[in-house]
Amino acid sequence: MQKDDLANPGMLSVLEGEALWNAPAGQSQKSCASCHGEAGQSMKGVAARYPAFDEKKQSAVDLDGRIIQCRIEHQQAPAPQRESRELLSLSAFIGKQSRDMPIAPPQDAKLATIRAQGEKLYTQRMGQLNFSCAQCHDDNAGGHLGAAPIPQAHPTGYPLYRLEWQSLGSLQRRLRNCLSGMRAEPIMAGSADAIALEAYLMARAAGLPLETPAVRP
Amino acid sequence: MARALINIPQKAKRGEIIEIKTLMSHPMETGFRTGLDGQLVPRDIIEKFVCTYNGEVVFSAHLYPAITANPFLSFTTIATESGTLVFSWTDNKGETQVQTASLQVE
Repeated sequence: MQKDDLANPGMLSVLEGEALWNAPAGQSQKSCASCHGEAGQSMKGVAARYPAFDEKKQSAVDLDGRIIQCRIEHQQAPAPQRESRELLSLSAFIGKQSRDMPIAPPQDAKLATIRAQGEKLYTQRMGQLNFSCAQCHDDNAGGHLGAAPIPQAHPTGYPLYRLEWQSLGSLQRRLRNCLSGMRAEPIMAGSADAIALEAYLMARAAGLPLETPAVRP
Repeated sequence: MARALINIPQKAKRGEIIEIKTLMSHPMETGFRTGLDGQLVPRDIIEKFVCTYNGEVVFSAHLYPAITANPFLSFTTIATESGTLVFSWTDNKGETQVQTASLQVE
C-alpha cells in the first residue's frame, strides 16, 4: 500500500502539496517554485537532512519550521499553522522528493548539543506512568503494547498517513500520542523540545531509507 | 470536492479482465462526532460512487458513515472496446465530482 502510489492515501496530500508548491502565495506573489524551481531537483535529499541548524536563529529548525520561515520571509505570506493541512501537504510533497534516500543527519557540531538534549528527553522518565521513551522503544522494541507492535523509534516516513488518524500527521503528533499514553505533558509542536527529540530520533535513523509519505496502522 | 487518484491499465486485450483502483480524497465525516466545541460536526460523506464504461454502468456503490476517510475502491470489469471510463462521486450535499480515464483495447 505504501509503495503503490495509486493506493497510498498519503499521495493525495503529496498532490495537494505539489499544487501549493506551484501556487503563488503572500504579498510577494511568488510561489515556492519561483525560487526553488523544479522540486524533483532542488528538494531532492532535503528532507533526509532535517532538522538542521539555523545560523541566523542559532537554533535547530525542522522541515516544517523551515517552510513556515520561507512563507513569512520570502513570500510575505501569513505563517501556516503547525499541523495544518497546508503545511503537512507541503512537507509531504518535499519529503516525497527524497523518498528511498538514506537519512543523512548533518555532521554539525552545533546540532550535537541539541541531539544530546533530545537523548536526555528520550531517556528521561516522565508522566504519571513514569516511563521513558527508551523503556519501550529500546528495551522492549519488537514486543507488543496491547496488540500494537513496538517499533524502534525510527521516524523514517513522516509526515505519514495513519489509518487510525484517517489523515496525514506529523512526527510531533505521533510524539503527543505517545506522551499522552504515558500520561505525561505533551510537547508542543515546533517547540525546542520537540525539535531536539526529532533531531535525536533522526540521528538514530541515520542510513535508513526515507519513506515519506509512509502508511502506518 | 477534492482530488482523486485513478489507476487503470492504459492498454488491454479484448476480453481481458482489468482491475480499476480509485482513491478519493474525502473526510467522510460521520455526523456523529463532536468537535472541540462540543457541537456535532455536520455529516459530510460520499453517498454514491458510479463508474460508467462508454456510458454503461459497470460498477456502483453506496457509501455509509462507517466508511473510512479517503475511501479506496477497487473493482474489475471486462475490456470490450476502447473508450472512456467516467467516475463520479456524489456527496450528501448533492455535489458531484467527475473524473475520466481512457482505455485502449487492442
